[in-house]
Amino acid sequence: MIYPLRLVASVGGAARLLAAKGYRFVLGAHQYGRLTKQTLVRFPLIVKNLNITISHMYTLGIESIPLVTMIALFLGSATVTQAVYQMSGMIPFRYLGALVCKTTVTELAPVITSMVFAGRVATGIAAEVACMKNSEQLDAMNVLRLDPIRYLIVPKTVACIVMLPVLVIWANLMAFTGAALTVALTVDVTMHTYLSGKKIFFDAIDVYVGVGKTAIFGAIVAITGAYFGFTAKGGAEGVGNATTKAVVVSAVLILVFDFVVAILVM
Amino acid sequence: MLLKIEHLRKHFGNQIVLHDVNLVINKGEVLCIIGQSGSGKTVLFRHIIGLMFPDGGRILLENEVISSPTTKPSDFNKVRKRFGILFQGAALFDSMNVGENLAFPLRELTNFTEKEINRKIGDSLEKVGLKEEFKTKMPSELSGGMRSRVGLARAIVMEPEIMLYDEPTSALDPIMTDKVNDLILSLRERLNMTSIVVTHDIGSAYKIADKMAMIHEGKIIFSGTPGEIRQSRNPYIQQFILGQRKRVYALDEAETYAGKVELGKLKPSTKTQPAVGSENLVNKKFEMPARKPPRLPTGGKGR
Ligand SMILES: Nc1ncnc2c1ncn2[C@@H]1O[C@H](COP(=O)(O)OP(=O)(O)OP(=O)(O)O)[C@@H](O)[C@H]1O
Ligand SMILES: [Mg+2]
Repeated sequence: MIYPLRLVASVGGAARLLAAKGYRFVLGAHQYGRLTKQTLVRFPLIVKNLNITISHMYTLGIESIPLVTMIALFLGSATVTQAVYQMSGMIPFRYLGALVCKTTVTELAPVITSMVFAGRVATGIAAEVACMKNSEQLDAMNVLRLDPIRYLIVPKTVACIVMLPVLVIWANLMAFTGAALTVALTVDVTMHTYLSGKKIFFDAIDVYVGVGKTAIFGAIVAITGAYFGFTAKGGAEGVGNATTKAVVVSAVLILVFDFVVAILVM
Repeated sequence: MLLKIEHLRKHFGNQIVLHDVNLVINKGEVLCIIGQSGSGKTVLFRHIIGLMFPDGGRILLENEVISSPTTKPSDFNKVRKRFGILFQGAALFDSMNVGENLAFPLRELTNFTEKEINRKIGDSLEKVGLKEEFKTKMPSELSGGMRSRVGLARAIVMEPEIMLYDEPTSALDPIMTDKVNDLILSLRERLNMTSIVVTHDIGSAYKIADKMAMIHEGKIIFSGTPGEIRQSRNPYIQQFILGQRKRVYALDEAETYAGKVELGKLKPSTKTQPAVGSENLVNKKFEMPARKPPRLPTGGKGR
């Protein structure tokens, strides 16, 4: 008699826990959506404070260049090395260039750059907003009728939307450089074979889509950082949790949207 | 009657911070709110300024409800510009220097030219006793008292109709305290500004207040003029304004922290000797709120 009751109780408990978690998730998604909407409708207002946006473009974008350069160079080298290893004996090396080019331009450069960018920027935004919340600076802005979304989030979001594609273009160039260097220095393929292979299936649309989708990723990074900043709990631990969640959730969302874009383009 | 607070109630989790707060503030008045640390003064301020909304009760501004359990933050926006606040921790924008902190609201919300803005900033800083050269300092480079004064300068630069000060002088030396007190009074003279001041400094309160209110256990247990509060025979109030923690009545610490103490149950401290003349107060019922000052016993037995 007791046992089935216990079973029911524990199943019930688990269900309730799951329901609570699900409810929190839905609530969070709703708030996230609302924040996104509030951010988007304020976009036209940036013309009045263009200087803030431009300074963010510098700190979020230009200052990421060394990091992106570094990563893209190795990304290119690794792709070539792996491709040569996988292809040898099966696929002629004149397709090497095409393979490397396509994977880099469509997936690797955009996604890896966005991930790195999320690690640098989403955390920064989340920490900044969370600290401002904890020290009542957001309250002070509200009381002074200075809309925090307009003055804090919109400039950063716009800066991310503009600068992440720029960084990805740069990452593409650097990845090609890295790949070419690797071909020249290590693997057993001639530069001529590699470069002529690049042109075989080259399609400009790949570049446009690859770079264009990162504008969305930029928005995801900024808004996710802002969301976890705004919802952060108090104290140093709250700020730490906010930054962690910001980077994890932006990485997941980037991959999800990458998949969505891939389906749409197909 | 400018501002009226009716039956305000607020709880966090199972801690009831505001039980039933009733207050009336008239135009041009300086109201000082006193009360123990943690008694809910800041929470009350956050309700008045529209950063929190009550679980019960309401706040009226000129007979219009501005805050009630059903008010949305966006509904509050239309009256927001009439309020200004100095936060307890100053809440300066720490990515901007002092000058930019003051200029930010002016640039965004007013049509002043850059020159006028500069002049206004200089004026405000001077009023709180800071020199112009502090304009380029970052908030992190200021002392606690200076930060609080910059916060004050930022709040008054917009010249709100109703100004809330959350412990404006608790980080200041006596001279600066005096200067800030004079500032509060001069704002009233010049702009007929209504001020609500939370303070632990009874001396300042006596100096600036038209009316004083004491908050305890989430209720306003006294509201009246400084003269009336001085004559109040409520031993808890006396203890508070005289700063004698253990002379007459002492809250049992364990009970206070557990939030269990009720006013009516205050017992005279057995650990310390009762103050002279307090014996005949010990068993008296409290009159809450003591609006009219009860006449002091003249030549009573206790003397
Ligand atoms: N956001 C909040 N969440 C939960 N509890 C809170 C919150 N804000 C305040 N409290 C609680 O409300 C009570 C009153 O806090 P409040 O800050 O109003 O005190 P206070 O009267 O301003 O004290 P002090 O003189 O020390 O500034 C405290 O017990 C505090 O723990
Ligand atoms: Mg306080």
